[in-house]
Amino acid sequence: MESTETLFDFIQQQAGKLLEQTLTHTGLTFISVLLAVAIGVPAGILISRKKRLAAPVLGFAGVMQTIPSIALLGFMIPLLGIGPKPAIVALFLYALLPIVRNTYTGIRGVDPNVTEAATGMGMSRRQMLLKVQLPLAMPVILAGIRTATVINVGVATLAAYIAAGGLGEFIFGGIALNNTNMMLAGAIPAALLALLFDWLLSLLQHINIRKARKTLYALPVAFLLLSSFYLLPNTYSGKMLAGFTPEFMGRKDGDLGLKSVYGLHIRTLVISDMIMYKAAYEKKLDVISGSSTDGRVKAFDLVVLEDDKHIFPPYYAAPIVREETLQKYPELEPALNLLVGTINDSIMTELNYRVDYLKQNPEKVAKDFLVAKQLWKPAGKGDKGSIRIGSKIFGDGYILAAMYKMLIEGHTGLTAVTKTGLGGTKIVFDALVNDQIDMYPEYTGTGLLVLLQAPQQVTDSIISDSRKVYDYVSAAFAKQYHIKWLQPIGFNNTYALMMRRTAAQELHIKTISDFTKYVNQQ
Amino acid sequence: MIKLEHVSKFFGPEKKAVDDISFEVKEGETLVLLGTSGCGKTTTLRMINRLLEADSGQIFINGQEIQGLPGEILRRNIGYVLQNTGLFPHYTVSDNIGLVPSLLQWDKERIHNRVITLMDKLHLPAAYATAYPQQLSGGQQQRVGLARALAADPPVLLMDEPFGALDPLTRISVRKEFKSLDEISHRTIILVTHDVEEAFELGHRICLMNEGRIQQLGTPAELIFHPVNDFVRSFLDPQRLQLELKSLRIKDLWQWLPPATKAADGQLTAASTCWNALEAITHEPVTVVYEQEQKMIDGNGLMEAIAAYKN
Ligand SMILES: Nc1ncnc2c1ncn2[C@@H]1O[C@H](COP(=O)(O)OP(=O)(O)O)[C@@H](O)[C@H]1O
Ligand SMILES: [Mg+2]
Repeated sequence: MESTETLFDFIQQQAGKLLEQTLTHTGLTFISVLLAVAIGVPAGILISRKKRLAAPVLGFAGVMQTIPSIALLGFMIPLLGIGPKPAIVALFLYALLPIVRNTYTGIRGVDPNVTEAATGMGMSRRQMLLKVQLPLAMPVILAGIRTATVINVGVATLAAYIAAGGLGEFIFGGIALNNTNMMLAGAIPAALLALLFDWLLSLLQHINIRKARKTLYALPVAFLLLSSFYLLPNTYSGKMLAGFTPEFMGRKDGDLGLKSVYGLHIRTLVISDMIMYKAAYEKKLDVISGSSTDGRVKAFDLVVLEDDKHIFPPYYAAPIVREETLQKYPELEPALNLLVGTINDSIMTELNYRVDYLKQNPEKVAKDFLVAKQLWKPAGKGDKGSIRIGSKIFGDGYILAAMYKMLIEGHTGLTAVTKTGLGGTKIVFDALVNDQIDMYPEYTGTGLLVLLQAPQQVTDSIISDSRKVYDYVSAAFAKQYHIKWLQPIGFNNTYALMMRRTAAQELHIKTISDFTKYVNQQ
Repeated sequence: MIKLEHVSKFFGPEKKAVDDISFEVKEGETLVLLGTSGCGKTTTLRMINRLLEADSGQIFINGQEIQGLPGEILRRNIGYVLQNTGLFPHYTVSDNIGLVPSLLQWDKERIHNRVITLMDKLHLPAAYATAYPQQLSGGQQQRVGLARALAADPPVLLMDEPFGALDPLTRISVRKEFKSLDEISHRTIILVTHDVEEAFELGHRICLMNEGRIQQLGTPAELIFHPVNDFVRSFLDPQRLQLELKSLRIKDLWQWLPPATKAADGQLTAASTCWNALEAITHEPVTVVYEQEQKMIDGNGLMEAIAAYKN
């Protein structure tokens, strides 16, 4: 247990990556704002002339703005796949409203006496636009561009979810890995970028436009330059493309292990696990970092590559519970233990498949399962107390939380409330430590590597033995946090590299070593 | 020079802003469109440079139907002064003045010279060339507006309440200055105002309008001494005495004036108005020479002559 690495150390070690992410982030922001200016300003001009169009156009842009960013990114995937294209389009749609609206307001706000004079002196519409309306509306238009830029610096962090890169990789990686330094290394530069661009554009907005026409001409050039940052990185090449989650990217038992133990160097996109499986199925990605019991493995016909050098530690699921709660309600532990031995890997995959892919309700899936195992009983009076069950937003969490609720209510006099969707490991674990929940299902490997951040020698010595890992985390959690690991349920939701079944068969790839050999000989 | 034939303009089916108006303005003449606000003066003016299209009737400039000309070309050849100046806030004074010449693609040198000349003639200090309109006083802004209208030397000048935004004192002095400008003396001008005194001072002829129709069109003297209807009479009544004095010239009263007893001193001419004469004779009588005859003007003689003229 040592975590004395400072933010500064982290930034120093990851300077190259941080620079790349910052450039990508800047590029994403400015490409999309540039596009929004290219479309939004003419659109604003158009609706300032054709008043009938104003309401529908502003309405459309307004609606775009109200769609939650992550949802908008999600909508883009079926249309445009993953990577920069959908990210840029989504960011573009976000930037549109402030730019269209401000162009429209700016032009409508020009003194009618002045436009009347311009026409009266014999200016054509074009001359009036270029010499009178746009210059006079410019401060307002620039304010719109400024707003759009700042919005987009923020939204662009989400681009990391769909493999478009940017500072979101560190931010979400940091959240997933409980690594504050990593999170800050993404969040601080993102905030600084927003402040910097806001400040630069505010300077521009307040300079005297009459005297600084040249600066205005320089603006598109600067935007183009900043946009081009996006094209700089991406040095790897090769036919195979990997998509790894931000979490996987930063883990010893993830990308780092693949590099050091297997020697796998592959062009990699960082991507949200929500869309990763589908992207693999649609041949947008060739190999992904899945979790072995995920329902989508079945749904999308993927195969898990065998971890022949044992870099992925065991991830046996077990409920972890506050000791205080166990002492207060001694009947709790036996109820929770009813699940032990009932779920293996393939059953868990099947359950996940029904929830994730067939969209069945997790409560229904949980109940069906308990009924089939004859573990289900109707809820008792529940007047003895209440247990708060947490879960992470992904994978098995929802189903297990639902099962535990039913077991508790059926087999004890307690009630249970579930607080599902608590985000990544860090968030849900903090909730447990801070007594906001009483228990949640966790994996032994996560406990060892993420929560305890065990020293390298310890990890190396126990990692290949699931029993030793369980014993180590049990002891450490009891000592450090007064949290008890109950018996493992039975399935191992470990990290796994997976690829399309057809591709694996075609290339005769069964293990990660096979895959590495194939990639490296390209 | 400018001819309107049965021109009408409707805003909506009910609202007749301008109703069957016809008049002609001769070259070098100043016609004033006079009337209360809302009577259709601005609408009439804006149809002449086609900022508005007439719904019916025809408008000719120099014998040519303006419908046949592209609006922009037409407008570049007509000077236009707006009531609220409409100066470009983002242009310097000299850029504002040089606007139409630059639209006509004069070369820089020529534009510059023209701007300098006009600023000088309109008593705008040369230092203001690089200032912006907001930095100028109302009177100066109005002069810049006038200079802008005159810059390309258009034969026709349309002016919409050009002195309307000025305070009364500034208005009188700017008006005086305006009358004595050589830049405007040879131009054909249509000037819109609701100020009767201004109309009588500046107009060769006055077109008095009400509710979109012409009530009377004639010289100031015709309007004040021979009103064609009650509207015209009552419109002018409040300032009748002053208007009479301003519209009557010495030569109009010549036959009723007594002969002079002393030599002419050249203070007044036969073309001077009675208003000017009254100002000149406050201390002692003045002698005027007209067609080799000398007549004396003093207070009593002038009043008697006016009374005789009116009968
Ligand atoms: N664009 C317009 N739409 C509707 N009515 C108008 C418009 N412009 C002027 N009017 C109406 O036409 C009449 C004449 O207006 P205008 O020519 O501006 O009057 P004036 O200049 O004599 O004060 C007024 O009653 C005015 O309300
Ligand atoms: Mg008017």
